[in-house]
Amino acid sequence: MKRYSRDQMAARVARDIPEGSYVNLGIGLPTLVANHLPKDRDIFLHSENGLLGMGPAPPPGEEDADVINAGKQPVTLLTGGAYFHQADSFAMMRGGHLDFCVLGAFQVSAGGDLANWHTGAPDAIPAVGGAMDLAIGARSVFVMMEHQTRSDESKIVAQCTYPLTGIACVDRIYTDLAVLDVTPQGLKVLEMVDGMTLPELVDLTGVPLAMALRQLNAK
Amino acid sequence: MIDKKVPTPAAAVAGIHDGATIMIGGFGTAGMPLELIDALIEQGARDLTIVNNNAGNADFGVAALLKSKRVRKIICSFPRQTDSYVFDALFRAGEIELELVPQGNLAERIRAAGAGIGAFFTPTGYGTLLAEGKETRVIDGRNYVLEYPIHADYALIKADRGDRWGNLTFRKTARNFGPVMASAAKCTIVQVRELVPLGALDPEHIITPGIFVQRVVAIDTPSTRRPTRAAA
Repeated sequence: MKRYSRDQMAARVARDIPEGSYVNLGIGLPTLVANHLPKDRDIFLHSENGLLGMGPAPPPGEEDADVINAGKQPVTLLTGGAYFHQADSFAMMRGGHLDFCVLGAFQVSAGGDLANWHTGAPDAIPAVGGAMDLAIGARSVFVMMEHQTRSDESKIVAQCTYPLTGIACVDRIYTDLAVLDVTPQGLKVLEMVDGMTLPELVDLTGVPLAMALRQLNAK
Repeated sequence: MIDKKVPTPAAAVAGIHDGATIMIGGFGTAGMPLELIDALIEQGARDLTIVNNNAGNADFGVAALLKSKRVRKIICSFPRQTDSYVFDALFRAGEIELELVPQGNLAERIRAAGAGIGAFFTPTGYGTLLAEGKETRVIDGRNYVLEYPIHADYALIKADRGDRWGNLTFRKTARNFGPVMASAAKCTIVQVRELVPLGALDPEHIITPGIFVQRVVAIDTPSTRRPTRAAA
């Protein structure tokens, strides 16, 4: 069994984003997805601070302090892109205008609850940004995360123990081990890495999992 | 003849009183009105409530204002950044009150104040720590939280070009909170890169009409203290 690398995970997410999609990529791991979107596909990247049609980082020396992304890193605007103010930007998010958002997570519950903004540790300084708006606003909410923590605990859990970002908001989870859909009947496995079996994945995850119907039909 | 131009940043922030609620534009350092903040520090008003997306970067701008110990409370969405050490220290020492607001709720609460809305129901934050104790309602089968507007006495904003009536254009993502904050404060004070004659701004391209603006000051040599790269 070989885990997906971060880039393989990003490439896997990118495969599920069709032409014409309006997409917000969260800070951290999800930003890698941009590197794997096919150049011949018109996909509109939204950044919460007020741009649509976000392009890659500029070459060194060509940074513009007024053109940044949600992580406050310098980016570029593609031809046809647009700038707008915060209330408009969050209307796009909250108002269901984004087709997809891809978010990192500390935990996702079997029911699709998301925890990704705060560890709840007493000395932690809380910061939320646009995470809660994206979680409830995008039409499809994808989570992209390592399957387990560094201490081998599953990040897919029966109930989140970290403070929630949103309730029952996650549609699909991409990890370094599997792709899973959140359904009313529980988590359904769409794909696993080569060499992984369902019982092994269940053992690592600690919550009930079933193969997705389309997966069973493909066998 | 209406002329909202003022000659200096000091004149622009004159009259800001102790205990005022002040909105400060910017997302990180993009759109942060550094010269107006410096003038506010110099002016000396204290016991302030600040509304900003973040809580300052390094030692300048909003961070310098916090460091001057003039701020009682900050309302923001994302205080924790790699270079937010001024806020972090004040917060851990219990020397500043924090009201943490999801970013879209922050923008909409500011917009609501400017638009005369009494309160609004939003799905953002429902069922989370940040909605604890707030009124909720189910509308068409979906859960919402009641959020109230944020009004301000003053807004300090950075725009690109402006005229003597206070019409404004912005530059790229530095627009961010500028237009909504301008509408939500009793007195909106704007620093612009360039003051232009009335009529020079294309009416189709004016982002904030002058009705939302009370004072405009030109800062033609803006500070270069902002970093080109300040990761969150």
